[in-house]
Formats: sequence, structure tokens, C-alpha cells
Amino acid sequence: MTAPTVEAGPRPTAPAPQRPKPRRTGGMARSKRREAIALVIPSLLPILVLSVAPLLVGVGLAFTDARLVRNPEYAFVGMDNFVRLADNSFFWDSFRIGMIWAVSVTLLQLVAAMGLALLLNSDLKLQGLTRVLALIPWAMPPVVVAIMWRMIYSPNAGPLNAFLGSVGLPDDINWLADFSTALPAVIVVGIWVGMPQTTVTLLAGLQQIPDELHEAAAIDGANAWRRFTAVTLPSLRPIITSITSLNFIWNFNSFSLVYVLTEGGPGGRTMLPMLYTYLEAFKNRNIGYAAAMGVVLVVVVVLLLAIYLWSQFRQDRDSTGK
Amino acid sequence: MRHLVRPAQYVALCFYIVFLGFPLLWLISASLKSSGELNSLTVSLIPQDVEWGNYSAALERQGLVRSAWNSAIVALVSTALVLLIALPGAYVLARLKGLVRGMGVGWILVSQVFPVILIILPLFLILRTIGLTDSLVGLTLVHTTYTLPFALWMLQGYVSSIPIELEEAGSMDGASRLTVLRQIVFPLLMPGVVATAMFSFVSSWNEFFFALVLLQSPENYTLPITLKMFIGGEGKVALGPLAAGAVLAAIPSIVFFSIMQKRLTGGLLSGAVKG
Repeated sequence: MTAPTVEAGPRPTAPAPQRPKPRRTGGMARSKRREAIALVIPSLLPILVLSVAPLLVGVGLAFTDARLVRNPEYAFVGMDNFVRLADNSFFWDSFRIGMIWAVSVTLLQLVAAMGLALLLNSDLKLQGLTRVLALIPWAMPPVVVAIMWRMIYSPNAGPLNAFLGSVGLPDDINWLADFSTALPAVIVVGIWVGMPQTTVTLLAGLQQIPDELHEAAAIDGANAWRRFTAVTLPSLRPIITSITSLNFIWNFNSFSLVYVLTEGGPGGRTMLPMLYTYLEAFKNRNIGYAAAMGVVLVVVVVLLLAIYLWSQFRQDRDSTGK
Repeated sequence: MRHLVRPAQYVALCFYIVFLGFPLLWLISASLKSSGELNSLTVSLIPQDVEWGNYSAALERQGLVRSAWNSAIVALVSTALVLLIALPGAYVLARLKGLVRGMGVGWILVSQVFPVILIILPLFLILRTIGLTDSLVGLTLVHTTYTLPFALWMLQGYVSSIPIELEEAGSMDGASRLTVLRQIVFPLLMPGVVATAMFSFVSSWNEFFFALVLLQSPENYTLPITLKMFIGGEGKVALGPLAAGAVLAAIPSIVFFSIMQKRLTGGLLSGAVKG
């Protein structure tokens, strides 16, 4: 007779009247939740430690005067780094170059990939070959891509100049070292690298569009261009929005490709923001200052993305609201 | 008008094939040319006589084999760590509802926006206090941290695609949670695990920035760093061995991607579309 009383011991202290009937299910839900928590905490803890914490510390560094020296002593300096940064014309130059790079690579990539995806979606021969070729740039290490394109752009023995010479154009352009051609040349490589992923994503989207939509539009007398703008583009819109956002982020944050191609030269003409912050952190050893640059870049990218996604979202709503 | 469409499409397709394929062909061709031909002014895609010497030169000199070995070790260990951490995390994220899931997924997306500089600075400081900056152990940890969010993203997409009814049916039949996970969820998740593993391996194998920041001594260099060092320094570059080394460095990732292409794109998309 004692056992039940022990078992029932906690019962009087619990507010029993409030949940008289669903006692059993409540107990089950509670044990289920306890089990879930036991599962959640150990699985999410490493992510917190390895992924969340470092980034927060990185952001924190932006408010210190940390330097990369033997015995670092750093102090909290508030907004000092950001105030200094506002007047740093080199940083804003590299920021401008980064914008030109990221926007043009992302847009041209989208246009080129859209063309290729449309071709791959219509039944042409040579598709297998093109599909394989379209994936290769994706798989290659950025360093290898850069080495390859340095050979293509080589002023003396490069095939590009040889080709231009053979059709009677100037054949002595030093593509990666000339002030006016370096950035465009690097942008072409950026397009080459990023095209595969965009193509594959768009192609998957194209294949999801029901044929009936195109047929209906064709019966209504729409020509190919009209069908593209009235059927294909609107159906692809969510995919285009997500892949351009991702591409923009990746391009804006890219480092290796351009570092190996030009190291930011000539004369800083291809000094992307990541190259600039790298030099500030590991050559000038001002890591607090470099972290502040990183924070400014994150804030700007997030703002731009928010504006872009918001406008896309609004357009979506308008077009469905009609 | 209509009969012009097909030819125009083929012209466009050929343009794409040349743009995408030519640089690669050129690299392979350069890796097979003698140094005399590489430095001559006649430029041709097909080597005059095929010379395999560049490959043996690349393998013999400049620590290429050693750095390939380093790259492989770092890639394998960081892949194992990523899977170990991401599997339970992704399962939980995919099955949770409400705030924690929202925060988790939000975090994964936000972390993609962060530039590498903000990731490496704190890690660099931590690794330096424990003396792991110029070390492959340190690099492995950094690669793990860096790949983790995207691996989580991929894996939770795969978990979400397994209907929860299957698990409920399993526990109805009296199977314990662990049995359900092991016998129902894991087999279905296997393709996703393989895809994530390959993604993680290739990201680490190809990775350049962190290795550049962390590794100082040549015996620790990974393959991308060694290749970069081929270009810099030494004045005139030995183009042939450089091209051969570059081709060799690209092989693992090309093999993986060709095995994986369908699954990988499926995984990327299922994440991207579902949100």
C-alpha cells in the first residue's frame, strides 16, 4: 500500500484540477519532448560551437584594435574601426570593383546559363557532350581554373591572342596585366566557373514546366519569344530569384580565383574586397580593422539581398494579385 | 523563318561547347607539349609530338605527391567529421517544428553570406593559441567548420523528403527510436549521405583560401597551394609540369562530380526550392 502513495507523491503539488483528463497524453507528450530535447541539444551543440560561435567572435573583433602580433592585447574601441573605414578610399575602391565584378558576373552568368539551359531543354544532338562540359568547370579547383585561364590569356603563347592575330586583330594584348582589360578578362573567367551550377538549376526548373502551358500559348498564337516571356520566365521566377541571390553572394565573397589570376593587380584594378581584407589582415596584420571591413561587407550584401528579394516578392504578389 | 531556328540553335550550342571546353582542352594539350613547343611562337592546340615527360616531372619535383597526400588526408578527415556532426543535427533540424528549426535554417542561410575573412580571423586566433596554425590538424578543423552549414542544409533537405509517416509506422510496430533511425531512416538517407560526403570532400580538396592563410611550411602545403607556388617565384614558370600538375589536381573532383551529377543537383535543388 505504500508504493502507490510514493508514486502519487508529486501529484498533490501539481495543479491537478487544471488538467484533469488529458493526464496520460500530457505525460506522453512530455516524455516525447524530453526525448526530443535529449536528441536536440547534443546534435546542435557542435554546430553552435563550431559554426555560430566563431562567426560571432569574428563580428566582435570588428570592435577591437586586435593586431596579428606575438602577444596580442586588444581593447574594445567601439566604432573606431568603422569611422576610420569611412575615410579609407582604397577600401571603397575595392568595394566598387567588387560590386562591378559581382553584379556583372551574376547577370551575365544568368543570361548565358539561361541560353544554355534552353538549348539543353530542346532536343538537339550533342547534348550529352554539352552536359558533361557544362559540369566540368564546377568540379575544378579554383586554382586549376586560374592556371588554365592564365595560359589562355598569355600574351605571347596564348591561344586567344593567336586567334585574334589570325583574324587580323591586335594580337599583343596582355589581358591580365593591362589596366583596361584586366577586370573584364577576370569577369569572363568568373562566368565560366559559375555557369554550370546556374545552368543545371535552370534546366531542372525548365523541365518542371508542364508542356501544356507551352502548347496552350502556342495555340493562342504566341511566338517563341512571347512564349518565353509569358510562360517560361514567370514559371522560373522563384528559381531565378534564389539562384541569382546565391550567385551574387558567392561572387561577392570570392577570393581564390582572382587571387591566383592577378593577385588584385594591375594597380589594384581587380582588387576584390576579399583580397583587400586578406591583405589588411595578414600582410598589414590589422585583424580588428579587417574584421570591421568584413562586417561592412556582410551588412551591405544583406541589405542588397533584402531589397532584391523584397522587390521580387512584391512583383510576385502583384502578378498573382491581378 | 522556321527552318532557320534549328541551325541557329546548333550554332549557339557550338559556341557554348567551345567556350566551356576549349580552356580544358588547352590545359591538357599544354600538359603534353615539350618546353620548346610551349615557348615557341607557333600556337597550336594539337601538340607536335606528345610528351608525357611533364607528368613524370610534375610528380617527381616540387612536392606534388606529398601535397596531394596532405590534401587527401585533410579532405577525408574533415568529411568524416562533417558527417558525424551534421547527421544528427540535420535530422533534428528537419524533424523539429517551430522556433528552433526556423533559427537553425536561418542560421545556415545567414552563414552563407559571411565572407571567409570573418570565419578565418577568429579561428586563426584560436588555432594560434593552441599552436595549430601551420598544421594539417588546424586546417582540417577549419574545413570542417566551413563545410558544416552547407552539409547541414543538404542533409536536412534529404531528411525532409523521407515521410515522417514511415517513422511513425515503425514505432507503431513497436520498434525503438534507435531501431527506427537505423533500419528505416538511415537506409533511405544513404544517397543523401553519399552526396553530402562527396560535396564535403571536394570542397576541402579544392579549398585554397584557408590553406593559404594557415600553412607556412612547404611540407604542410595542400595541392592548391603547391600549384599556386609553381606560378609564383622561380621567375620563368615551367609551364608543362604546371599544366600536368593542374590536370592531376582536377581529376578527383571531376570523377566525383561525374558520378554524382544527378544526385548532387537533386540535393542542391531540393534544398533551394523547399526553403
